[in-house]
Amino acid sequence: MKRVLVGIKRVVDYNVRIRVKPDGSGVITDGVKMSVNPFDEIALEEALRIKERGLAEEVIVATVGPADCQQQLRTALAMGADRALHVQADGVVEPLVAARALLKLIEREQPLLVILGKQAIDDDNGQTGQVLAALWNRPQATYASKIELSAGTARVTREVDAGLETLDVDLPAVITTDLRLNEPRYVKLPDIMKAKKKPLETLTLGALGVEQRQQLKLVRFDPPPQRQKGIRVTDAAELLAALKSKGLL
Amino acid sequence: MSSRVLIIAEHDGTKLNASTAKCVTCAQGIPGAQITIVVCAVDAAAVAAQAAQLSGVARVLCVENPANRHALAAVWAPQVLAIAAPFSHILGPSTTFGKDLMARIAGLLGAPQVSDIMAIESATRFRRPVYAGNAILTVESSGEGQLVGTVRTASFQAAAGGGAAPIEKAAVSVELPTHTRFVSVSAARSDRPDLQTARRVISGGRALGSAEGFRILYSLADKLGAAVGASRAAVDAGYAPNEMQVGQTGKIIAPELYVAVGISGAIQHLTGIKDARTIVAINKDGEAPIFEVADIGLVGDLFQIIPEIERLL
Ligand SMILES: Cc1cc2nc3c(=O)[nH]c(=O)nc-3n(C[C@H](O)[C@H](O)[C@H](O)COP(=O)(O)OP(=O)(O)OC[C@H]3O[C@@H](n4cnc5c(N)ncnc54)[C@H](O)[C@@H]3O)c2cc1C
Ligand SMILES: Nc1ncnc2c1ncn2[C@@H]1O[C@H](COP(=O)(O)O)[C@@H](O)[C@H]1O
Repeated sequence: MKRVLVGIKRVVDYNVRIRVKPDGSGVITDGVKMSVNPFDEIALEEALRIKERGLAEEVIVATVGPADCQQQLRTALAMGADRALHVQADGVVEPLVAARALLKLIEREQPLLVILGKQAIDDDNGQTGQVLAALWNRPQATYASKIELSAGTARVTREVDAGLETLDVDLPAVITTDLRLNEPRYVKLPDIMKAKKKPLETLTLGALGVEQRQQLKLVRFDPPPQRQKGIRVTDAAELLAALKSKGLL
Repeated sequence: MSSRVLIIAEHDGTKLNASTAKCVTCAQGIPGAQITIVVCAVDAAAVAAQAAQLSGVARVLCVENPANRHALAAVWAPQVLAIAAPFSHILGPSTTFGKDLMARIAGLLGAPQVSDIMAIESATRFRRPVYAGNAILTVESSGEGQLVGTVRTASFQAAAGGGAAPIEKAAVSVELPTHTRFVSVSAARSDRPDLQTARRVISGGRALGSAEGFRILYSLADKLGAAVGASRAAVDAGYAPNEMQVGQTGKIIAPELYVAVGISGAIQHLTGIKDARTIVAINKDGEAPIFEVADIGLVGDLFQIIPEIERLL
């Protein structure tokens, strides 16, 4: 069966104003809205469209994290994924651990394509897709803004600093999504009800044979330095005068 | 204790990218760093010569292969891996080139990666932004094994020239994959300064309304010798190409002067301009969040203000 595997990470919603805890141990997440990482929504949307075009038969979503992550898997199922895999893991899940766990799922499910987000908007690591492709010894096409599948290959347009780059990658491959790949669909209420009946399997890192190892200690979180409050000018002439006085013109 | 640092050069086959000189400055913050730059290329001579001139560089290694014409991570990573063993730290820039490649190297090594290093506190302690720059995280590695890092280029000045490091060829014979093939790149040719290194940047947002609307910014930018950037909303709407996006998921820049025109100042945008020396905001909504970070704010209609500025210049 032709399958697409999509990585889903639970993150603080992108609209939330992040505040660092006074003791520096992290950011405040109590009572804060949690969501599917926006890039993963885009990844899932793309997988669903691939299936709708008849190029895949099943879309599987997977997450590695604590029990709460099942909420985001349910959201993904409501969006249209066929089934979900939850790899239970507590504490910090580094990209290498997430990638090792995803690789185990790949070995089991044999997907045609794996789509992840280009970065998680909490840790902003931007690593997991590339690490996974390295471990799997398969192609990677990061920062995708267009994916065209044909037999055995994918043509991927990538958003790079210079502009747009196009690569051909043999399948199976790992693709990571950029913002302009698509616009994710909204979840409809009846789909939320239906999603409750879709299969969600729970596994553990241990059962997959992946060690929960943290290689980087999170020493301290600090709030970012604040900029000094600026001045207001009333017209173009005043603006230019202010710039001149700062030596900027 | 000395650290041996390997920096992967970013280049286009003939010219070394300025991001590499910034990685050198970052690496110099590692106590006792001995810095090697590796140039992966078809013919590395020209780029290696530029890398050798960066002050603080001890050695330049050339890894030459006909397969290296384009920076395909799947092709370059195994070659870097082949020479990586002696190094404690392996660094690249936090550009799309470096972000794509370095994490693949980290995966091959099974090593941890510190992304977007903005400050070095010791050989094992680094500071980096998380949550779109809303928090600064200090991380520490155990010091055992190797460490991969990407360098937030906006946080470091480029290393000066004047060096004369020896250049050596590294014999690397590893099997390279053919599963990833370069097809094309479409880079808009422009005479304007490069967004990532420009001293002045003018960015436009959704308010510009169309690609034509952006013309008033190009016109002003040309008068000021500035690069032009854009918000995500402007890029999504097709007013500006993707390579102009500034922000968390676009380019992180540190110009002397940043002018935000018709940009509301969403947190994801502000992440990209935190290190700008002076921020100017022009917006018709006096309550727009951009004014919270602007050094100079001007409330008004951009379609009147921008031509007026150009006229007065
Ligand atoms: C995961 C994720 C990543 C993102 N990454 C980025 C990123 O990298 N970069 C980025 O920029 N955004 C990013 N965003 C989007 C961001 O949240 C905002 O939606 C976006 O920055 C808004 O763009 P804007 O300010 O141009 O548009 P708007 O928010 O619509 O603001 C337009 C502004 O123009 C003003 N205006 C309107 N008409 C005029 C006029 N005639 N004269 C003067 N002012 C006028 C309005 O008052 C308003 O403030 C990201 C979002 C997500 C979810
Ligand atoms: N714990 C996880 N579980 C599932 N997917 C993940 C996990 N961590 C990262 N990913 C995927 O990898 C992408 C990049 O994450 P990161 O490397 O943390 O920035 C995310 O957008 C997800 O698609």
